[in-house]
Amino acid sequence: MNLRFTSAALAMGAAMLVCVPAFADPVKVTASFSILADMTKRIGGDDVAVTALVGPDGDAHVYQPTPADAKAVAGAQLVVVNGLGFEGWLDRLVKSSGYKGPVTVATKGVKPLKGADSHEHNHKEGHDHGAADPHAWQSVANAQIYAENILAGLTAAAPDKADAFKARHAAYRADLAALDAEIKAALAPIPQKERKVVTTHDAFAYFGKAYGVTFLSATGVSTESEASAGDVAKLIRQIKKEKVKAVFVENISDPRLVQRIAEETGAALGPAVYSDALAASGDASTYVGMMRQNAKAFAAALTPKS
Amino acid sequence: MTLYELLAEPFIEFAFMRRALAACFALALGCGPVGVLLVLRRMSLMGDAMSHAVLPGAALGFLISGLSLWAMSLGGFIAGVLVALLAGATSRATNQQEDSSFAAFYLMALASGVLLVSLRGGNVDLMHVLFGTILAVDDAGLLLVASISSASLLTLAVLYRPLIVECFDPGFLRAVGGGGAIVHLIFLVLVVVNLVGGFQSLGTLMAVGLMMLPAAAAKFWAEQVWTMAGVAALIAFVAGWSGLLMSFHFNLPSGPSIILTAGAAYLASMALGPVGSLRARWLPGRHLEA
Repeated sequence: MNLRFTSAALAMGAAMLVCVPAFADPVKVTASFSILADMTKRIGGDDVAVTALVGPDGDAHVYQPTPADAKAVAGAQLVVVNGLGFEGWLDRLVKSSGYKGPVTVATKGVKPLKGADSHEHNHKEGHDHGAADPHAWQSVANAQIYAENILAGLTAAAPDKADAFKARHAAYRADLAALDAEIKAALAPIPQKERKVVTTHDAFAYFGKAYGVTFLSATGVSTESEASAGDVAKLIRQIKKEKVKAVFVENISDPRLVQRIAEETGAALGPAVYSDALAASGDASTYVGMMRQNAKAFAAALTPKS
Repeated sequence: MTLYELLAEPFIEFAFMRRALAACFALALGCGPVGVLLVLRRMSLMGDAMSHAVLPGAALGFLISGLSLWAMSLGGFIAGVLVALLAGATSRATNQQEDSSFAAFYLMALASGVLLVSLRGGNVDLMHVLFGTILAVDDAGLLLVASISSASLLTLAVLYRPLIVECFDPGFLRAVGGGGAIVHLIFLVLVVVNLVGGFQSLGTLMAVGLMMLPAAAAKFWAEQVWTMAGVAALIAFVAGWSGLLMSFHFNLPSGPSIILTAGAAYLASMALGPVGSLRARWLPGRHLEA
């Protein structure tokens, strides 16, 4: 059904695209999902008007574009995407919308991690991310690369505002560096071998690598695959054997399965963490706030209760 | 690997497997007989239509109160019954056949369901949220399926005779003033209730498979309605059990495993069953030839 609906939406979108984008004062940027939109806003400031195709709390893995999205892409002066196969639907959307402008790939220059290997048998339909794990923004070091790429894209799109972009980027870079230090400090008191956490999908591999936390997941790397009894059983055995302390639910996924696993293993059910989308409001509605909140949640759940 | 490890150990070691099995058992008891009646009334495809019809209700329930089992079930139930009522009323009040009015109303329901979910803006995957997964059945879910199948069995027992008369001669009850419309309506409600239970526990639109495949298979094994219902429930239960085991041992998604096992049972029945199967038709018993 997904496919049928998507193609219908695309066809409608193409039909509606008769208007030519008007070049207003702020640079019109269309970002594929909320995290990129937030970063672009930080660097672009008032000089850009950013639209996110997949908004807060949305799942970009299984997104179905609407005609309004095709319009947003066609009317943009710059399109910012994550890349690494994260937004499989976006290439077709860009093509069908007739957009000819520049596309900034935020992960350009990021050293990709391999997708989760233990779950590959679940992805037989070819919708998955392929070899690379796209959730690179979960490491703040990668976010710095994202910011560089977005800066370069914005500067190319609006050279006359280059100085303003550069100044804001410098401030943002300092924020990100502080965030990186903060996350490391938050996790520092926890012994390496106790840093084990379960989440609903493999979105935290970059976070795990950067900050030394082991993540086990209830479903494969993509939210599209349905869990098998064998995988769930393996996970439960692993949680019991390695004495995993906490189980987390992401804001974009179905919490029921994780709740069951938590109940069966006796691990604590942590607060919501944010993987692929920002929160609609509150602390986690910006990238920096989201990373800070995740780190706090993990640290709180892993710290031994005395 | 011993037989014990293969067939029983997963259920002994893991509580979630036991819950899933219990849910399958409850579903089988309710869905089997209802499916048989659908098959006998030549309404096999209606199950599929109804499964789409519950979508807007479940979506509305989700939008109003989030991931609440009761709100989503109630919403799905109301939407399903509404579609069934409208379709039934249309076919009785106009000269349109029931299958086309069902198609018309369920398509409208499906479209509004998709619309409702998109309106929320967020894009948590529709199918994953509106339909549970059998591996994650909790106490409330189990209670729901168990109550639904108990209520269905009791209702079927009370209405057994008129239901079967309605199956074979819909005009009869109408002619003798026996309340055929009421019986038909109650039956449709049973279909919707069982489907809603199936979605909340088994998950995915394939839940309707556990209703139709065992029932279709049972037709090759039995000639009386009650034996057919029994066989259907048995096949559904065995399909649930072996499907869960396949999902466990071969790391397959659980919903499709269960339905495909039921499908295999259907194919085997079609080939080998004693009543009207391929074997019965092409390889008749020897005593007929002499």
